[in-house]
Amino acid sequence: MYAFDYKKVASLEDAQKVFESADDGTFMAGGMTLIPTLKQRLASPTDVIDLDGIDELRGINVDSHSVTIGAMTCHADVAASSDVKKAIPALAHLASLIGDPQVRNRGTIGGSIANNDPAADYPGALVGLGATVHTTKKTVSADDFFTGMFETALEENELVTKVSFPIPEKAAYQKFPNPASRYAVVGAFVAKTSDGIRVAITGAGPTVFRVPEMEKELTGSFTVDAISDIAVPTHELNSDLHATAEYRAHLIGVMAKRAVADCG
Amino acid sequence: MQISVTINGKQESGEVEPRTLLVEFIRYQVGLTGTHVGCDTSQCGACTIHMNGKSVKACTLLAAQADGQDIQTIEGVAPVDGPLHPMQEAFRDNHGLQCGFCTPGMIMSALAMVERHKGEDLDEQTIREELEGNLCRCTGYHGIVKAISAGAKTMQGGA
Ligand SMILES: Cc1cc2nc3c(=O)[nH]c(=O)nc-3n(C[C@H](O)[C@H](O)[C@H](O)COP(=O)(O)OP(=O)(O)OC[C@H]3O[C@@H](n4cnc5c(N)ncnc54)[C@H](O)[C@@H]3O)c2cc1C
Ligand code: FES
Ligand code: FES
Repeated sequence: MYAFDYKKVASLEDAQKVFESADDGTFMAGGMTLIPTLKQRLASPTDVIDLDGIDELRGINVDSHSVTIGAMTCHADVAASSDVKKAIPALAHLASLIGDPQVRNRGTIGGSIANNDPAADYPGALVGLGATVHTTKKTVSADDFFTGMFETALEENELVTKVSFPIPEKAAYQKFPNPASRYAVVGAFVAKTSDGIRVAITGAGPTVFRVPEMEKELTGSFTVDAISDIAVPTHELNSDLHATAEYRAHLIGVMAKRAVADCG
Repeated sequence: MQISVTINGKQESGEVEPRTLLVEFIRYQVGLTGTHVGCDTSQCGACTIHMNGKSVKACTLLAAQADGQDIQTIEGVAPVDGPLHPMQEAFRDNHGLQCGFCTPGMIMSALAMVERHKGEDLDEQTIREELEGNLCRCTGYHGIVKAISAGAKTMQGGA
């Protein structure tokens, strides 16, 4: 690691002020991506600004139509929340599949979506449920938040504050995990919402995407058979040491069908 | 920068660089070498400790993040001159270790697991899933899983 200054802040205003006065500041949530990145010297910020002391960024709030999760809420808390399990069981299930218990105790929803790793799980839930991302500058739909590989609609010195998920009629998440890291080789999030059917795929492409053909067929008939013949073109999918684009295309079909079956 | 951390009930203060890892502080400054570094890349869990009661990887935390927090390491699970903790005893009884390098992390993960599943039956499938963050290069895991199952039963006052 290159040397840096460590700053712990207690409010969003402080976080932004410290960022403003730093030469090259970076925010830190649980550090589950940032610390490994620093160790590999892939980043060399002058200031690491720890968000851990900002209480307003933590917490889960459930009302009759939505589940709202603060940016600094860790995966273990979402997975264990009886309120989330009741309102959107698929979301608690997704959180319980991330990495391992130690990672779930530190990694946060804000850090996960700000980082937008192509193999991360949460982007699937955000796009699959039509969630809304709240930041210090704007309110943006999940469809517009994830813009590319490790790219989001966040600007410099802009923080995710919370994410609101509308409660669906039914939803399910199925992933084919990388056996070593548990990151998604392919993950499919399927939801039946008041705004229609949504099918979101994570892990397979540069960033999360929807499959309109599947959504259309499932609107006609919400059955596994309705989507059994839909093939996703391979030219926009990732090929790497974990899986080829062809294998990922195949897994999209399998995971989407399992998710539809899981919706019951 | 100056930090002050409660480790195994004792206040430990020291001067660290912002980039000092928590595991470096624990091993080299406090001198508690039971917490191991296996991979230094967040994979193996040999560095697992408890921070405020939650299992975390001490190689993926800055010492600065632990300032003012409550930490438990393997040295804190049983009294220095007293009997072993039932979970440690279970590892000895069930062939839960060979070289022992992964064992401190395994025990800390096992204790967190028992805590998370208080009042539930900790079955084999659950134990294996919950060990996702801990690697062992020797045992093949069967002995570890058996040990955690037995240790959990003793801790819960069962057979
Ligand atoms: C061994 C291992 C296995 C993993 N497996 C999985 C997996 O199976 N599935 C999965 O989805 N993920 C996985 N992860 C990732 C993990 O779940 C974390 O969510 C992810 O690393 C982000 O961590 P963090 O929240 O601690 O953010 P940090 O590492 O602290 O931050 C990540 C980035 O986000 C920025 N950031 C953080 N918070 C905010 C905010 N509120 N607003 C704006 N920017 C912010 C930071 O500046 C930084 O650039 C794994 C990680 C590890 C180490
Ligand atoms: S040394 Fe920390 S996870 Fe391997
Ligand atoms: S006993 Fe040797 S690594 Fe587990």
